[in-house]
Amino acid sequence: MPAVSKGDGMRGLAVFISDIRNCKSKEAEVKRINKELANIRSKFKGDKALDGYSKKKYVCKLLFIFLLGHDIDFGHMEAVNLLSSNKYTEKQIGYLFISVLVNSNSDLIRLINNAIRNDLASRNPTFMNLALHCIANVGSREMAEAFVSDIPRILVAGETMDSVKQSAALCLLRLNRTSPDLVPMGEWTARVVHLLNDQHLGVVTAATSLITTLAQKSPEDFKTSVVLAVARLSRIVTSAAIDLQDYTYYFVAAPWLSVKLLRLLQCYPPPEDAALRSRLTECLETILNKVQEPPKSKKVQHSNAKNAVLFEAIALIIHHDSEPNLLVRACNQLGQFLQHRETNLRYLALESMCLLASSEFSHEAVKTHIETVINALKTERDVSVRQRAVDLLYAMCDRSNSKQIVAEMLSYLETADYSIREEIVLKVAILAEKYAVDYTWYVDTILNLIRIAGDYVSEEVWYRVIQIVINRDDVQGYAAKTVFEALQAPACHENLVKVGGYILGEFGNLIAGDPRSSPLVQFNLLHSKFHLCSVPTRALLLSAYIKFINLFPEVKGTIQDVLRSDSQLRNADVELQQRAVEYLRLSCIASTDILATVLEEMPPFPERESSILAKLKKKKGSSKLPDLDDVRRSVNGSTDHAENTEATETVSAHSFTDKLNLNSTPSSGPSLLVDVFSDVSSPAATDMSEEHFPRFVCKNNGVIYENQLLQIGLKSEYRQNLGRMYVFYGNKTSTQFLSFSSAVTSSDILKTQLTVHAKTVDPMIEGGAQVQQILNIECLSDFSDAPVLSIQFRYGGTLQNIAVKLPVMLNKFFQPTEMTSQDFFQRWKQLGAPRQEVQKIFKAQHQMDSDVAKAKLLGFGVALLDGVDPNPANFVGAGIVHSKTTQVGCLLRLEPNTQAQMYRLTLRTSKDSVSQRLCELLSDQF
Amino acid sequence: MQFMLLFSRQGKLRLQKWYVPLSDKEKKKITRELVQTVLARKPKMCSFLEWRDLKIVYKRYASLYFCCAIEDQDNELITLEIIHRYVELLDKYFGSVCELDIIFNFEKAYFILDEFLLGGEAQETSKKNVLKAIEQADLLQESQSEDWGSLPNEEIL
Repeated sequence: MPAVSKGDGMRGLAVFISDIRNCKSKEAEVKRINKELANIRSKFKGDKALDGYSKKKYVCKLLFIFLLGHDIDFGHMEAVNLLSSNKYTEKQIGYLFISVLVNSNSDLIRLINNAIRNDLASRNPTFMNLALHCIANVGSREMAEAFVSDIPRILVAGETMDSVKQSAALCLLRLNRTSPDLVPMGEWTARVVHLLNDQHLGVVTAATSLITTLAQKSPEDFKTSVVLAVARLSRIVTSAAIDLQDYTYYFVAAPWLSVKLLRLLQCYPPPEDAALRSRLTECLETILNKVQEPPKSKKVQHSNAKNAVLFEAIALIIHHDSEPNLLVRACNQLGQFLQHRETNLRYLALESMCLLASSEFSHEAVKTHIETVINALKTERDVSVRQRAVDLLYAMCDRSNSKQIVAEMLSYLETADYSIREEIVLKVAILAEKYAVDYTWYVDTILNLIRIAGDYVSEEVWYRVIQIVINRDDVQGYAAKTVFEALQAPACHENLVKVGGYILGEFGNLIAGDPRSSPLVQFNLLHSKFHLCSVPTRALLLSAYIKFINLFPEVKGTIQDVLRSDSQLRNADVELQQRAVEYLRLSCIASTDILATVLEEMPPFPERESSILAKLKKKKGSSKLPDLDDVRRSVNGSTDHAENTEATETVSAHSFTDKLNLNSTPSSGPSLLVDVFSDVSSPAATDMSEEHFPRFVCKNNGVIYENQLLQIGLKSEYRQNLGRMYVFYGNKTSTQFLSFSSAVTSSDILKTQLTVHAKTVDPMIEGGAQVQQILNIECLSDFSDAPVLSIQFRYGGTLQNIAVKLPVMLNKFFQPTEMTSQDFFQRWKQLGAPRQEVQKIFKAQHQMDSDVAKAKLLGFGVALLDGVDPNPANFVGAGIVHSKTTQVGCLLRLEPNTQAQMYRLTLRTSKDSVSQRLCELLSDQF
Repeated sequence: MQFMLLFSRQGKLRLQKWYVPLSDKEKKKITRELVQTVLARKPKMCSFLEWRDLKIVYKRYASLYFCCAIEDQDNELITLEIIHRYVELLDKYFGSVCELDIIFNFEKAYFILDEFLLGGEAQETSKKNVLKAIEQADLLQESQSEDWGSLPNEEIL
C-alpha cells in the first residue's frame, strides 16, 4: 500500500527524502544534504520574497536534515515568520521547528513569545493548542517567565474548551518541572483540584498528572484531591467496561487514568477518615479480584492494561504499608506472576516483591517464594530478569535463609553475566558479614568469592575480610589455616595472595605448630607467588616477610637472603626497593624487643559504616537498595535482632588503607598539654604561636590563635598578587582589654618581598566583644618567610604580649590554570631543567583519601587537570603565582601510593625558589 | 516519561521526542547507546531494562522499535500500552501504517504524538478524540496532496 498523502503534500520534500534514502553511502548523503542546504540558504537570502508554502517546505526540509543528525545554523527566522502566518499548516510547521530546534537567541525568543501570546489570545482552540504544545515542548525558563501566569487562568476559565484545558494542564506541569520556583500557587489551585470531577475523562486524565506533580511540591495545598481521587477511582473500578466508551481500552476501564489516580494517592498517607479509607480499600480489593477473573480478551493489551492498574495498586498498598491483609494478598498475586509465561510479568513481579520484602507484614510471605526465585536465577534466559532475581534474594535474606541464599548466589556467580558480577560479589560480601553467626562461614564465603570471581572482588571487599579477622580473635586461627590451604592451589587469584600474605603475616604463628605449615613452609608458599604478582601485592608481601622475621626468628636468615638479593635491593620500582632496604636494615640492627614493638600485631579497627555497603549504594543509587535493616526490624522475634546488632557492632568498618601505617597519626587538634602551656599568660609571653599556621595552607578562614583570654579568627581573600585579610579579635573574658594594639612585622628580607599594611584597631575591646582589623597585602616577589602579628593589651593590670605567625604563604597568590593534556606535557618538558623540578617522597600523615586530597589541592590554589595522568589515582595541577614583578607558572603532580602510605610530589616551575617553597608548603599537608 | 525514540532495525532514528532539557550532544550519545542496547536484545526477552537511573520500556512493531525512558516510580506496563496506543493512532491515521509513512510524513507523526502525549504524560487517551483533533487540523489545510508512487514497505500492525 502506498504511503498516504493525507492533508498537504510537499512534493519537493518528498523528493528530497527519497533522494536521501537512495544515497548509497554516508558521503553521498552528506553531499546531497550540503547541496540542499546551499539551495535553501540561497532561497532564503534571495531577493524574491518567498511565499508561505515555499517557506514552509524549506523549513520542513531543514527540520528533516536536523533530525537526521546534522547541525542546522540558519532558518530560525523563517520558522518564526511562519508562526504568524494565518495558514494553519504553515503555523504548525513553524511551531514544530521551534519545538525541536529551540535557540537561546534572546531576540528570537522574544519574537516567538509574541507569536505564542497572539495565538493564546486568539480564542481559536486549534491555535491555542499549538501555542500550548510549543510551550510544553520547549519548557524553557524564558517561556515560563512569560506565560506562567496566563496558563492557570486558561486552565480554570469556564469558557475554555476541553482540549485546551488538557493542553494547559500538561503545559503547566512541564513548566513546574523545569522552573518550579516560577509556578505560583494561588486561588486557582482549588479549582484545579475540582477538575478531578470534570465530565470529560480526557480533562481528568491530564489534570491528574498535573495535580500529582504539584502535590509532590506542596502536599498541603492539594490535600483535598484525595477524596476526589478515591471517588473517581471507585467509579472507574466499579463501572461496566462499556460505560466509559472510548476510554475503555481492550475491556479495561480507563487504565491510564486509574494508574494516575493511584499514583496521586501515593503522595499522601492512608486517609484518616474511616469511610474514605474503607472505600479506598474496597477499590484496591476490587482491583485484586479482577485479576483473578477470567480474561475478557486474549490480547496482550488487555492483560497489560489490567496488570498495569494492579501493579500501581500494589505500589499504593506498599506505600501505605498499613493493611496486612492487602499486603499478603498482593504478595500472593505476585507469587503467581513469578511463574507466568509472560517474561514481562515475571520481571515486574520480582521487582515489586523486593519492596514487599521490606514490609514487616509481608516479609514472611515473600520468603515462601524463595525456591521459585532461586529457580529464576538458574533458568531465566534474560539477564535483566536474573538481575531482578538477585535483587529479590538480597532483599528477602535474613538470618533464617542467609546460608541458602549466599550459597545460591555463589553458585550463580560461576556463570553469571560479567555485567552484574561485581554487584553480586558486593551483595554476597554484605550478606555474609551481616548474617554470619560464626565467622568461619564468613571467611569461607569471602575466600570462595575470590576463588570464583577474583577479578570482581574490589579492594573494599578484601580489606573488609582482613578488618574482620583482625577484630575477632576467635576466627584468626581458622583464617590462617584456610588461607594457607587456599594458597596451595597452583593458580590462585592475586587478591587471595594479598589476603593470604596479610593474614599469615599477622597470624601465621597460630598454625606454625603443625609441621605441614611450619614457618619455612609458609614463607616458601608465599614467596612462590611473589614473582607472579603486581607491584602493590609484592610490596604487601615484603611487609608480610618482615612480620615473619618478628614472628619466627628461625626463618630470619632465609628472609634476609631474599631481601638482600639484587632483585629486591636494586628493584627498578622505588617502593619495592625502599621496602627491601628498610626492612633488611631493620632486621639487622633492631633488637628483638624493638622488632617486636615495631612489628606488633595490628590493633583492632574502630567502628565505621561498612565501606562495601557504601560502594553498593553508590553503584545502585541508594533509593533502589532495599535497606537490610528494614528487613531485619520485622522478623524472627527479638533475640535475632539483638544478635544482629551485636554482630554488626563488633565488626569494624574503617578503611583498611591505614593498615600498614605503623605509626599512629598524631591528632591534629591542639593537645591538652600544649594548651596548658600556652595559657599561662605570664606578662612577657612572647613565644610566637605557629601551631595553626600549617592548617591555613589550603584554606583561608578559621581560628589562628586561641588562649583563655583571646581568640583570633581570620578571613582572607586573594586576587592575583593582592590580598585582604580580616582579623577578628574576640575577648573571651567579661573584662575589657585596654591599650589594645596589634601590628604586623616582617623580617628585613621579607619586607622587600611582601608588604602588609594594617589598619589601626580600636584600643579597647569590651568583655565578650569582638573587633575587626583589616590587613592589605601585596606580593612583590616570591617569598618563603611569614609576617608576624604582634598583639599587646592590658588585662586586669597585666600586660599581655602575643605573637602569631600570619598565614600568608606564597601559594595564596595562585591563579588556577586550566590546560589541555597536550599543553601540560609541552610545558612540563620545557620546565625540565634540574633546578626547576623539586620532588619529595613522604609518608602520609593522614588517612589517604582521594577526595580530601583533591580538596586540599584545590585549596592550595591550583586547577586540577583531569585526564592528563594515565593513572586516575594521581593528581595533576597547574597554576600561576602572581607577584608584582613576575608571574611564575607552576605544574604539579601528586602520586599517592595507598599500599605504602606514601606520596610522591613533583613540582616544576620556572623559578627554583618557587618550586622549593611550594613543595615545602604542600608536602606538609598530607 | 523522559523521552521517546523510534528507530529501525538498522538503527536509523525515525522520531525523537525529549521531555527533559538535554544538549544535542547528550541526546546523540543517549540515542547511540540505547539503540545499540535495545538492538542487541533477543526477541523473547522482557520489554523492560534498567539503564542509568531510568527504566527503558521498548517494543518492536515490524521493522520499527518504539522505546520510552521512564522514571523509577513510573509504571512499565502502562508505558507499554502508551506505545501501543500511539501505534494504533498512526495506523488509523495513515491506514495500515508502515515505516515509510513515518519517514515521509515525519511531521504528522510528531503532530499526532503531541495530541496524545504532552510534557511526557498522556493528554488524551481516547483514540477517537485524538484523531478528531488531527482531522480537524487537516481540514484547515490546503489540498495539495500528491502521490509519489508505491514503494516496497512493511506494515507495522
